[in-house]
Amino acid sequence: MELILSAGIGALTASGVYLLLRPRTYQVIIGLSLLSYAVNLFIFGMGRLRVNAPPVLDPGGVGDLARYTDPVPQALVLTAIVIGFAMTALFLVVLLASRGFTGTDHVDGREQRHD
Amino acid sequence: MFFFPNDLAVGWKKVIKTHAFAASRVIRHCLRRSLLSDALGTQIPLSKIPKEGNGTIEYAGKLLPVFILAPFAGSLIAIFFPSDQRGATAWFAGAIALVCFLATAGLYPFVASGGVLRYELAWIHELGLNFTLRMDGFAWLFSALITAIGVLVVLYARYYMAAEDPVPRFFALFLAFMASMLGIVLSGNLILLAVFWELTSIVSFLLIGYWHHNAHARDGARIALTMTGMGGLCMLVGLLIMGRIVGSYDLDVVLASGDAIRDHPLYLTVLILLLLGALTKSAQFPFHFWLPHAMAAPTPVSAYLHSATMVKAGVFLLVRLWPVMAGTEAWFWIVGLAGLTTLLLGAYFAIFQQDLKGLLAYSTISHLGLITVLLSLGSPLAAVAAVFHIVNHATFKASLFMAAGIIDHETGTRDMRKLSGLFHYMPITATLAMVASAAMAGVPLLNGFLSKEMFFAEAIETHLVNALDTMTPYVATIASMFAVTYSLRFIHGVFYGPMPKDLPKKPHEPPRWMRAPVDFLVLACLVVGIIPAQTIGPFLHTAVVSILGDRTPQYSLAVWHGWNIPLIMSFVALSGGVGLYFLMRSYLATSVEGPPVFRLLQGQRIFERVLVTLSWKWARSLEQSLGTRRLQPQMCFVVVLALAAGALPLVIGGFKLPPLLIRGVDPAFALLWVIGIACAVGSAYQAKFHRLASLVLLGGAGLVTCITFVWLSAPDLAVTQLLVEIVTTVLILLGLRWLPKRIEQPEDAEDLPFRIRLRRLRDFLLAILAGGGMTLIAYTVMTRPLPDTIASYFLARAYMDGGGTNVVNVILVDFRGFDTLGEIAVLSIVALTVFALLLRFRPQADSLEAPEQQRVQNAFDDDHPERAAGDSIAEYLFVPSVIMRWMFPVTGLLAAYLFLRGHDLPGGGFAAGIAMSIGFILQYMSGGTRWVEERLRIHPLRWMSIGILVAVATGAGSWLFGYPFLTSHAQYATLPIVGKFPLASAILFDLGVFSLVLGATVLILIALAHQSVRAPRAHTRAARAEKEGVR
Repeated sequence: MELILSAGIGALTASGVYLLLRPRTYQVIIGLSLLSYAVNLFIFGMGRLRVNAPPVLDPGGVGDLARYTDPVPQALVLTAIVIGFAMTALFLVVLLASRGFTGTDHVDGREQRHD
Repeated sequence: MFFFPNDLAVGWKKVIKTHAFAASRVIRHCLRRSLLSDALGTQIPLSKIPKEGNGTIEYAGKLLPVFILAPFAGSLIAIFFPSDQRGATAWFAGAIALVCFLATAGLYPFVASGGVLRYELAWIHELGLNFTLRMDGFAWLFSALITAIGVLVVLYARYYMAAEDPVPRFFALFLAFMASMLGIVLSGNLILLAVFWELTSIVSFLLIGYWHHNAHARDGARIALTMTGMGGLCMLVGLLIMGRIVGSYDLDVVLASGDAIRDHPLYLTVLILLLLGALTKSAQFPFHFWLPHAMAAPTPVSAYLHSATMVKAGVFLLVRLWPVMAGTEAWFWIVGLAGLTTLLLGAYFAIFQQDLKGLLAYSTISHLGLITVLLSLGSPLAAVAAVFHIVNHATFKASLFMAAGIIDHETGTRDMRKLSGLFHYMPITATLAMVASAAMAGVPLLNGFLSKEMFFAEAIETHLVNALDTMTPYVATIASMFAVTYSLRFIHGVFYGPMPKDLPKKPHEPPRWMRAPVDFLVLACLVVGIIPAQTIGPFLHTAVVSILGDRTPQYSLAVWHGWNIPLIMSFVALSGGVGLYFLMRSYLATSVEGPPVFRLLQGQRIFERVLVTLSWKWARSLEQSLGTRRLQPQMCFVVVLALAAGALPLVIGGFKLPPLLIRGVDPAFALLWVIGIACAVGSAYQAKFHRLASLVLLGGAGLVTCITFVWLSAPDLAVTQLLVEIVTTVLILLGLRWLPKRIEQPEDAEDLPFRIRLRRLRDFLLAILAGGGMTLIAYTVMTRPLPDTIASYFLARAYMDGGGTNVVNVILVDFRGFDTLGEIAVLSIVALTVFALLLRFRPQADSLEAPEQQRVQNAFDDDHPERAAGDSIAEYLFVPSVIMRWMFPVTGLLAAYLFLRGHDLPGGGFAAGIAMSIGFILQYMSGGTRWVEERLRIHPLRWMSIGILVAVATGAGSWLFGYPFLTSHAQYATLPIVGKFPLASAILFDLGVFSLVLGATVLILIALAHQSVRAPRAHTRAARAEKEGVR
């Protein structure tokens, strides 16, 4: 479980970082999205991986706390997902505005000789 | 500025309560003692003054904050006066200044007896920083000077400022300056003093640059701020070290520990740092050059700041710390050398100025030099002379500045080459100016003469046997001679001689009340000059006793001391000065501005050169050699730095690879992530040329993430991730249309330059490193057992305290509700930013055309007369749009369901808000913008405001019950059909979250969607305008 998820996190990070370093704005926005998946999963993973132990208490009572997984990273990631969406939107609009102003979708606002 | 922590705020309440009482006690006391007889009476020996009960002094001390609060508050109020209300604003500012002056006058009896008024309020007590105000005789004298001249300057400015000047800003700044200056004088704490010191620098910057449309004013303000600001910084360091040496920042403690300071090894450091502050502020050589440039300020500012207040702050500090700092050889040399040079050079330069105010500025520099020399000598008698000269100089220089302002105001020029014979036009002003200049020159029977005689008497005394001390009398006489020359020039050149030609205006006397302040000041010069002992005597004595204490020397303020050396020196200076003027007269009548030779060596030029080199040339070359404006290298740097920062603790702390465990691997999960990894890599690979494919693959990776959340017991995350995934995809799809086409060329791949290949290889390796690192860290942490965390606390208390069983939701809306409030605020800010950015969005021309599919459809519709425009797309989307429309109530129900169960089961405000927004987006997709907005009321901005208001109000509601912000109350409620559902007050908060998330998401998506409608419309409009233009 852990091995697979960490490999997944690694693959998402690698793809994201590679795209972050690319010259086109669209590549960067996709890169950021991939990176945010990786980071969200990473933070979530810090609460350890548990199957069938959602932090939703039984109606009867709390009982054994060990039956539930750690809710704190989940709370953190939940807002991170929503904020991540907002940041994607902001970045998208900035890149559109930049393209409108400069006429290019290069991250520097002007074309390099080669990229 | 500075802020007051809570305990201070509580303190203020007490202060206000006690003030009324204190004021009444003080007034009664003053009436009893009759202030007038006190002021006019000659020096009363300390022992004869009846000792006041400590109680009254204590109450009078409580009045001290008024001196600072009243002008600061007045400043805040003055700024709101309408700009055409010149008179009202001036009246208001004048009233404030007058109140301060009267309050000062009323406090005199308390300090006259040698008492010290104190006011103390704890501020940051741990740092030794208290809001301590203290008033002794010297501070009283300065306060009286500041407030009295303040009143006169306000009156003068009322007539000086033109109707088109923004007068409220002037008076607001003026009052703020007065408050800061009073703050310096009354500070009883070293740090507080530094705070007010910097405030005067800042406000003087604003005042000098008052006419900011004028480049000279801007430059002058900048130079003044840079110099005095740097000096103030040095002074702060000096004061901090001094406080360390003494062990307290309290002025009383510092003044009592002179020996400890003088004997400390850091004495010289402290001395130099403090002198840097004082000498820059008082425009002493070599920092003097800011003052002539500050003459670009309106004349009332010069009359106030550059005669009586700002420049006097430096010498004030020197006098204030004189008892603890003076008397050493280092003090004598540094202060003396700076003072003597300034005294001589200032006077010499003043002769050669062609600008009236320039002459006065250099004369001020020279007179401040005189005061500095006096202080350098280290003898108590010299200190008396210094304090006396501070007062005298303020009186005659303020009146001279005002006179110069009147001349400028009535003739339109300040150039002495153009001005002459003005006596004919303005005899009264001329007479006043003559008396004031005579005081400046040191003519007998005027106040300037008295302090100059005292200076001469001190100069010939031997204090320390060295060359500097021997030189002093000669330098003093020569400088005094120069002073006579420039004073004579000011009078003779401007008021006598031939009738003026080509003046910009026809000169005449100023308005009655514009001259009144000059009248008053010149009268003061005369009266003090003739009967000093009866007028300034007692006040000066009080001030001197407060500085020198037991060391107060015997001195006499008589006009006539008999035939002695100082008188001969005065005579030499007077006759020499007159002779020098008539020798130089013809040269000065036509010469260029500035003294010969020295004019080439301009302080300002050097200053600018240094500043440009430091802040521009070096900075730019550093930026060019080390920095880049290109994003890619910056990103690369950030990634490398992050890698290094991540690896560093592993290297230092030692890292052991955990054993590789392949047990418990679910093949389905493995397969899931094979797909996930393929999606991620594919998305990265396609992002350049196949954006849609890349977006789809990104969605794939998102879905895998989502399933992972379900799998690993995070249902809330899964729900939210799934919904966000949908809106993100819609969002990016909406944006795709505005990006340039990029078609892969086969030859691209073949003849790529080596540099590009190398860069891609480097980025690839960096990506592998980053990914590998993350895998390693994630695996290592996840395979370790979880230590006991705060999770158990939340799990145990969620139901009990939060009234919900869904712990994640309870954490969000209850335990960490404040964080969530911050997060939704961020969300709304982002949404508003997106909205604002899109309002001004101007797409690139090549993306304005309708997409190819639309054009084909439209052409088809146009070709067939029976078809209306838009029929084809409606037909294509017929089935989906029916489904989408029908989905609206279903989505709404889903959102309500997610919302209501949120507290107990996966769901909540975030998920519900996004779900609902999807419902709206679907309507837009099926029917188009216009169709939806004709049928539904879409007010995302309103929803957002309601959301944030509900959230904040819920939080604030708990105050009503006496609980802290965002305390929640839980209960269950029953709805028909739905059944029992949790009704914590947190659900109201969650409702706010829901409303805000819904509003923000809809706002972002709709703003973007509107571009497709708006942009082509603007496009056709532009095209039509162009066509008409051609026609």
